[in-house]
Amino acid sequence: MDETTPLLQLEGINTYYGQIHILQDSNMVIREGELVCLLGGNASGKSTTLKTILGIVRPRTGTVSLNGEDVTRVPTAHRIKRGMAIVPENRRLFGPMTVRENLEMGAYLRPKADLREEFDRVYELFPLLYERRSQLAGTLSGGEQQMVAMGRALMSKPKLLLMDEPSMGLAPVLVERSFEIIKQVNDAGVAMLVVEQNANVSLSIADRGYVLSTGRIVLEGRAEDLLENEDLRKAYLGR
Amino acid sequence: MSGFDHDDRHQQGSPSEPQPGARKASEAEAPTSPAVGRDEWVARHGERRARRGGVLGTLEERLAVVPWWVWLTLFVAAACTVPLFSESGYVRRVAFDTVVFMLLALGLNVVVGWGGLLDLGYVAFFGIGAYAYALLASDKYDIHVPTIALIPLVALIGGIAGWLVGLPSRRLTGDYLAIVTLFFFQVFLTATNNGDDVFGRNLTNGPNGILDVDVFSFFGWSLPRVTSTGQFSVRYLYVALAIFGLVYVALRLLNDSRTGRAWRSLREDALAAEVMGMPVNTLKLMAFAFGASVAALTGSVAAALNGSVFPQNFEFPLLITVYTMVILGGAGSQVGVVLGAIIVSVLLEVLREPGDARGLFYLVILLALVGVFRPSLRLAIVLGGTAVLGFVAHLVAGRVDDAWTAGVAEDSGRIAGWVSDWVIVPTQLAGWVPAVSYVTLIALALGLTLVEGWRRVALLIPTLYLAAFVWENVLLDAPESTRYVVLGGLLVAMMIARPQGLLGEKRVEIV
Repeated sequence: MDETTPLLQLEGINTYYGQIHILQDSNMVIREGELVCLLGGNASGKSTTLKTILGIVRPRTGTVSLNGEDVTRVPTAHRIKRGMAIVPENRRLFGPMTVRENLEMGAYLRPKADLREEFDRVYELFPLLYERRSQLAGTLSGGEQQMVAMGRALMSKPKLLLMDEPSMGLAPVLVERSFEIIKQVNDAGVAMLVVEQNANVSLSIADRGYVLSTGRIVLEGRAEDLLENEDLRKAYLGR
Repeated sequence: MSGFDHDDRHQQGSPSEPQPGARKASEAEAPTSPAVGRDEWVARHGERRARRGGVLGTLEERLAVVPWWVWLTLFVAAACTVPLFSESGYVRRVAFDTVVFMLLALGLNVVVGWGGLLDLGYVAFFGIGAYAYALLASDKYDIHVPTIALIPLVALIGGIAGWLVGLPSRRLTGDYLAIVTLFFFQVFLTATNNGDDVFGRNLTNGPNGILDVDVFSFFGWSLPRVTSTGQFSVRYLYVALAIFGLVYVALRLLNDSRTGRAWRSLREDALAAEVMGMPVNTLKLMAFAFGASVAALTGSVAAALNGSVFPQNFEFPLLITVYTMVILGGAGSQVGVVLGAIIVSVLLEVLREPGDARGLFYLVILLALVGVFRPSLRLAIVLGGTAVLGFVAHLVAGRVDDAWTAGVAEDSGRIAGWVSDWVIVPTQLAGWVPAVSYVTLIALALGLTLVEGWRRVALLIPTLYLAAFVWENVLLDAPESTRYVVLGGLLVAMMIARPQGLLGEKRVEIV
């Protein structure tokens, strides 16, 4: 599997906000169908990594390639067209719009003819969303909103789904459910990059993991190994 | 992980712990989905809101199923009957101006209400449309493009102008966009005012404006501006209404399209819209262009009726007026902004006439007091106290010097008669009085917001009396500025009572 072109590859990424050096020489690989998690505390550069992948922030040096193609200078909309999607931090739903409309916005770049099929796929995954389709997204509960956010991202039929802090602002029982859904979507063949502070839960479902600390990737490896790693346990699991 | 504890509070009442009833229901409907995040209260939200008992409730339900285009047709048909009720050229002209305002409000609603862009250069596009019509259909360059081709052309020119203005501003939001568009507005005014000497050429006749603009003519059938008796020709009202109907329908369909939904999502959360792959910049430019296009179209109607175009027609008060209409009616709602346009346009006309304005002023204050206090002891105290304070003050002032109360307001009906026995209206005001009384009134009104309970009631009495004094002595003397003072007051009151406007949608916050 290692010799195929990776779905996403970051090579020697250096990102700055003005004078401040955020990401320092980051390298990362995600292969097709993989579930990778990116761990790190506050201000470790997790969100910047995501923004760099999406093209909201441009790195000063280094390349981002998608399916072997260099997309470092390609705008966000084109990257999404080529198979990326994101579930943003705090979900960021369009509150005064209905669930259906929110989902439709996720498929903005898809041809109209495919809409029906995408809706069916998402409703099959989240039957609850079908029941709530004409309800305003802002009136849903936190767990339901997470489903809408996830469904909205899946509407673009991505090959790679980026998730920014899916556990944020959810009750523990919903976090568990949320990760079940992540696993389920991943099993359907979508590669995923899950950015999380919650190391325990995310590593338990992930194939591999990266650990960021003040802009550097300090650890990487198979999820099982990382779970056993003494340093990581001390830093994140509090044991 | 601290995030969890925090959010638990929001989840209260939602069945994180098993609730037998809810659980069973969900299992029956969709056995595969676990009852996570299910919340009966939220699920019933729509139903609860819809249900209202009694005859009114039934009526509301019946009316709700009437499709929008039926309402629109009824509205336009009703507006067409205005000439039947009034022979007066003035009333018909006001009706026409109101339709022009409705069109302007619809266009601004696209930019502000749907696009969420604070465009302070909007009126310039109205001007560009009027000037484009005037230049292409007048003796100025001896060009006379047929109306049927010119109206779409003007709309197109407006759209292109909007697109071009949007180009440098597309990365700006909020205040910064407002500054840039305001600058563009100023450029437009400067350009048209000095258009009579552009490197020695006379392009727009400058402040003298363009005269002898062609009337509308369709297929060789021209529409004169005035009837044989010199009155406003009501045909222009019909043309304006027809254009209003078309624009309304076109914009309504646009808003129901994917683009319309994309605008809404852009307005709600630009970053989220961008990561969905929406072409954020193009969408903003489109909102600009569509708004500008409607404004330009309206400009051609106004220019054709007026028969002339001057830079002074497109100044700042007009911008404020149109914004007031949109904000008052509720940005984002087409019905709302049309309603806002009607209210403001008619109100501005009524306020021109001191007698009508006076009646309206006291009526609104009375209604507001009744609305706030309801029929209660406090209401009686406020009204009685204000009346007594007035008569006493009037009596005292009259004893001191007859001239203090002799400046009876103009002969405009019964209210003026009552008022002249109650408010002090001197024949001659000392120079300092208007400014001091006006500022004191504002200070008192602000003071009202700082005190509570009976103190507020006590403070309200002199405030009301001072308001009547200022109204009679200062504001009625200068009707032109009074119209805008009243408009400002109306806006402030609206923003306090209902920030989303009359029919605007209440913002739904994501928890």
